[in-house]
Amino acid sequence: MKFGILLNEGPYQHQASDTAYKFVEAALEAGHEIFRVFFYHDGVNNSTRYTVPPQDDRNIQVRWSELAEKHNIDLVVCIAAAQRRGILDENEAKRQGKDGDNIAPGFRISGLGQLIEAGIQCDRLVTFGD
Amino acid sequence: MSDVKKFLYVNRKAPYGTVYALESLEVVLIGAAFEQDVSLAFVDDGVYQLTKGQDTAGIGMKNFSPTYSALGDYDINKIYVEKESLEARGLTLDDLQHLTWEDEDDDWAEKDSIRVVSASEMAEIMDQSDVVLSF
Amino acid sequence: MAMLHTVCKSPFERDAMKSCLAHVVSGSSVLLIEDGVVGAVDNTAVSDLVKGAMENVSLFVLGEDLKARGISEDKLIDGITVVDYSGFVDLATKNDNVQSWV
Repeated sequence: MKFGILLNEGPYQHQASDTAYKFVEAALEAGHEIFRVFFYHDGVNNSTRYTVPPQDDRNIQVRWSELAEKHNIDLVVCIAAAQRRGILDENEAKRQGKDGDNIAPGFRISGLGQLIEAGIQCDRLVTFGD
Repeated sequence: MSDVKKFLYVNRKAPYGTVYALESLEVVLIGAAFEQDVSLAFVDDGVYQLTKGQDTAGIGMKNFSPTYSALGDYDINKIYVEKESLEARGLTLDDLQHLTWEDEDDDWAEKDSIRVVSASEMAEIMDQSDVVLSF
Repeated sequence: MAMLHTVCKSPFERDAMKSCLAHVVSGSSVLLIEDGVVGAVDNTAVSDLVKGAMENVSLFVLGEDLKARGISEDKLIDGITVVDYSGFVDLATKNDNVQSWV
């Protein structure tokens, strides 16, 4: 089965990002396909590469980046939500005249259409929020 | 040939206290271009998103409530508001914006977009949807 | 259609579980996850509400979230099924659609 995931909350503040990750892991193990993980609202904050969580705890951003690389998962960060919260890739930083970018490897910034497309293309769209 | 799926956007939170109402509306507007079968559900505190006369000057936030009246122009005309949620909050249909759409199959007659439904009708609407987006 | 409903907040914090149970169609499934697992415990102020709903829908609870909160399975309402994350995935697959009550 093809799954789309909508993640609405940021790392550490809510369990949503952890639950979504565990769900994705379990789905992959069962042989399902993860079509896309779409990060919306504060969920975009999962994609900053500047987090430095304590060494003895999970690194939520790195975990997503590594999973995406290993299984070729499309991690999409909503551009409108990212702009509000200061998540930028190199192009966006140039376009907006900012002095740096902060997006982590494996994540890409794109429009809300990617979420709708996931809803259309996937067999199931599962939301993780607060 | 693309599938047409039944999309349902579920709104259960009041506006302004959190960003969900605003950002959910943004998804609805973008989603309108994809020609799916779209419905919006306003349940629990979500009914407050549609109230008339929102004045946000004092809280320093943008009043996005006028955007709901544009939904008809985007062919979004199935707006379900739950009766029990209104009643529990002492609200009636009169407290909400009068949202309309123009039916091109009926000589562009102006029709109401808001349909007040019971909780059990809302349960059926939810159950029959292919894709449910919760904010 | 048979829908999988998920509830992630405690019924003592939010009304999400109550609202979910007021909107489930017979034959659906409800899965309690994260803080929502609190709703699966017997002899609480909301147990009767949950038991009533169980006459029409199947109730599930995510075991990992119970363990994390120190809630042992023998404290749960009879008839609630404990699943793990792969069980969560199975529920999403076996039901026709998914709604998250956030």
